[in-house]
Amino acid sequence: MSPPTHAAVAPAPSETAGTQTQPRGSRRVGDLLFFNLTRAFAGLTLLMLAGIIVSLFIGAWPALKQFGIAFLWSGDWNPPKERFGALIPIYGTLATSLVALCVAVPTSFGIALFLTELSPPWLRRPLGTAIELLAAIPSIVYGMWGLLYFAPIFSQYVQPFLAATLGKIPVIGGLFDGPPLGIGILAAGLILAIMIIPFIASVMRDVFTVTPTMLKESAYGLGCTTWEVVWNVVLPYTKAGVIGGIMLGLGRALGETMAVTFLIGNMNVFNGFSLFLPGNSIASALANEFAEAESELYTSSLIELGLILFVITFIVLSLSKLLLLRLSKQEGTKT
Amino acid sequence: MKNVKWLASSLIAVSLSVSVQAAEVTGAGATFPAPIYAKWADAYNKATGNKINYQAIGSGGGIKQITAKTVDFGASDMPLSPADLEKNGLVQFPAVIGGEVLVINVTGIKPGELRLTPELLADIYLGKVTKWNDKAITELNPKLTLPDQAIAVVRRADGSGTTFIFTNYLSKVSPEWKQKVGEGTAVQWPVGLGGKGNEGVSAFVQRIAGSIGYVEYAYALQNKMTWTLLRNADGQWPTPGDVSFKEAAAHADWNKSAFAEILTNEPGKDSWPITGATFILMHKSQEKPAQAAEVLKFFDWSFKNGGKMADELDYVPLPDSLVKLIHTSWTQIKDTAGTPVWNAK
Repeated sequence: MSPPTHAAVAPAPSETAGTQTQPRGSRRVGDLLFFNLTRAFAGLTLLMLAGIIVSLFIGAWPALKQFGIAFLWSGDWNPPKERFGALIPIYGTLATSLVALCVAVPTSFGIALFLTELSPPWLRRPLGTAIELLAAIPSIVYGMWGLLYFAPIFSQYVQPFLAATLGKIPVIGGLFDGPPLGIGILAAGLILAIMIIPFIASVMRDVFTVTPTMLKESAYGLGCTTWEVVWNVVLPYTKAGVIGGIMLGLGRALGETMAVTFLIGNMNVFNGFSLFLPGNSIASALANEFAEAESELYTSSLIELGLILFVITFIVLSLSKLLLLRLSKQEGTKT
Repeated sequence: MKNVKWLASSLIAVSLSVSVQAAEVTGAGATFPAPIYAKWADAYNKATGNKINYQAIGSGGGIKQITAKTVDFGASDMPLSPADLEKNGLVQFPAVIGGEVLVINVTGIKPGELRLTPELLADIYLGKVTKWNDKAITELNPKLTLPDQAIAVVRRADGSGTTFIFTNYLSKVSPEWKQKVGEGTAVQWPVGLGGKGNEGVSAFVQRIAGSIGYVEYAYALQNKMTWTLLRNADGQWPTPGDVSFKEAAAHADWNKSAFAEILTNEPGKDSWPITGATFILMHKSQEKPAQAAEVLKFFDWSFKNGGKMADELDYVPLPDSLVKLIHTSWTQIKDTAGTPVWNAK
């Protein structure tokens, strides 16, 4: 920043130099202060991150020592007998997030596509704002709404329909089997999908709009259909942003607490892979059990769950970075 | 001008002296008695000007806070064992009584019609009885027409004193439950859906056909839910309510074991089998005796004047004989010099 200003100021006439040095000096001091201040803020984030990891480790230590690595694949969660394992919450967290992504990504893509390419201009603004408003609703409201209104309709109409259609397909049929209670992994995943759609859709819309008009117009000029333009021009141009948006949504889905707690059924015993069955997620287990966990081992097992969620989120972020790297490498070989 | 200054300074002086005089004590813990503590504290504040702050953070949190001495009193739905009390230098006493009922959602059945035995209840929660027209249920209820419908078991998802009392009861009446599941604020449930809080369980039971769940009596009443009868230790079928909750409390032997009494499965013709008291925890040796005395004054006032308020909120005030015992026990709470902070008048 400073070299160009310096160069610009240097050829100034000598009589004004005296008056100019003062603001220049104070600007330098100001720059220096500002630089250090922002650096301190950035450093603070790192410090907090490190602090959280360290305190999670210390808190989880008794459980780490007691159960070792087997904590990861033990399906036992038995507070009175003090036997703990993370398999069921891990499975529930991943399963609900996956269901949410499967529904939210195509829907968001459709919304963003409509808003940027197909919608009449007068509708874009109100529709875009409405979608962003969805993101501002507190998650407890989604939970209550899901429990009181969504779940009864879901159990009465949607689940029997799914069991009668998808449930008849040989391999994936097992996922749509069981009593239609309206509560369970599928219900929680669908509510999560509604919650993350605004995030993914608004990021996608924003990146779609930055695609240079020239590129799009050229493609249209060659006789491409809207679909071909979006699939072959817009999407490759914006893939980093699109993946970033999906990861933002996934991050939210993994850590979502209140809405999931209301709808997942909070069952700590594994009864099968059907998405109709109740399960548990890491965030939901923490929210439910932390306040009343008395023994040290119980508390530290819950903290270890928190640590695992931290690690899962970290892995997800790393994977998305890797994916982006690989994509950009392929780009290099093509051209 | 002078007058104004004088007025202002005297006002400040008055407000300072008031704030010094009005004691403010803090407590934290169980959520189950929070509504009645809040009501008592409000009435006490109006009567005496003294303030009681109560934070409903959960029983586990209450025990942690009082052990760490960050609050003047802790509250727990689960009594501490005499050994645990001794270890942390604490004393406990019950404050109010409540009961839990089973609520069902079966078409055509009205409140108080369905009869359940302890063994049957345990089998339902163990996942062994799975249909409403199971022989075990129909034989008990020959006059009712029960549907060929799956039983959807509902229970608490969050750790809670309500669950502790319920699982404590099941452990007392079913050896199999005791061995397989046990008791605690959270357990490994063999079957069922977990709702968050009493409101979560009520919501599930009201919306899922064929469900059964346990909630505090007040919740069942307020939500007009279908509660069931339950056979007690004497083989009788009492109606849940303040009479049968009080009866259970009266049959407990409070003299032994530092009030560590769980009122489940108490004998007595009219005793409701799933009754529980909620407890207050305090340090024996008080560094701030004035604060401790204030806590005891508050509960003394509430025991004397708060019975009607408790009734209004569907809690049950303690029987007089128990209050007497509690007054005696307060002499254990002393300042650092060894003088009891409480002087019974």
